[in-house]
Amino acid sequence: MFKLFEPNKIFKITSKAPKYVLFLFIVVLSVGLVEALVISPEDYKQSDAVRIMYVHVPAAWISLGIFSSITLLSICGFVFRNKNFFLISKSLAPSGFVFNIIALVTGSIWGKPTWGTWWAWDARITSMLILALFYAMYLIVWRIYDKEEKVYKISTFITILGIINVPIIKYSVDWWNTLHQPASINILSKSSIHSSMLYPLLIMTAAFALFSLLIFLMKYNTELIKIKNKGLDRL
Amino acid sequence: MINELLFMNGYAVYVLSAFSFTLLSFLGLYLVTKMQFVKEQNKFVAKFGSLTTEQANSAKSQRINKEILANVTNN
Repeated sequence: MFKLFEPNKIFKITSKAPKYVLFLFIVVLSVGLVEALVISPEDYKQSDAVRIMYVHVPAAWISLGIFSSITLLSICGFVFRNKNFFLISKSLAPSGFVFNIIALVTGSIWGKPTWGTWWAWDARITSMLILALFYAMYLIVWRIYDKEEKVYKISTFITILGIINVPIIKYSVDWWNTLHQPASINILSKSSIHSSMLYPLLIMTAAFALFSLLIFLMKYNTELIKIKNKGLDRL
Repeated sequence: MINELLFMNGYAVYVLSAFSFTLLSFLGLYLVTKMQFVKEQNKFVAKFGSLTTEQANSAKSQRINKEILANVTNN
């Protein structure tokens, strides 16, 4: 089955896809921005400061999703002895890291008007900062080591350690007394967020997901060309 | 309407700076990734150009190499 997804076979698709994904991203982002900044109502408590949610929450969701995917792909890379899994993980990491930073910075900006402080060593915020450190370590490992086997081992070890932090981030607001509010959206039970705010949030999440797909495709193509460059050297 | 959007009950400075930071981060990441891609693509073309006819034919037997070259021509 993995042969169907071999880089040599899918490059034709991955090399052409970015321009379509970019177009779709611009369209969805434009709709999302109008919804988030103009159409969606202000909150009865937080007033217009609530609009920061439309960039903060999708960024946090996607950075968590990407880290979980990287871990799963790295483990699969080891189990199935398939380099392509590592290549996909490596290509996903930059956008995951940037989304993590966006979540931290926009959270800090949101904290000032709502909590009265830019930063607090609160369980949710601190665990998100730790996730950013794991992302940074993962990216650094790919930069500093040349031997593939060593990179695969160390980067997978980092993701396995880092994934322990993901449920801590998710449940930190339930396990400890934190400044951060509990989740307003639940997949298994009824969400406490009104549809007038939920739809813009989902549109912005779709836009952010498209952006991470765009960056992933561009990065993946770059990595494939890098490999082919090495191949030309060997001719 | 525009005044409301720019003032946002006094929260505009926070809201717009959060959105601006996000969009600038997107732009930065996109440009860096695009630059890396173009750099590798140009390196590939330069290396391919320096190959002998025999080596070039051998390289062209791989579909992905042909695709990379075709993409450069299309861009």
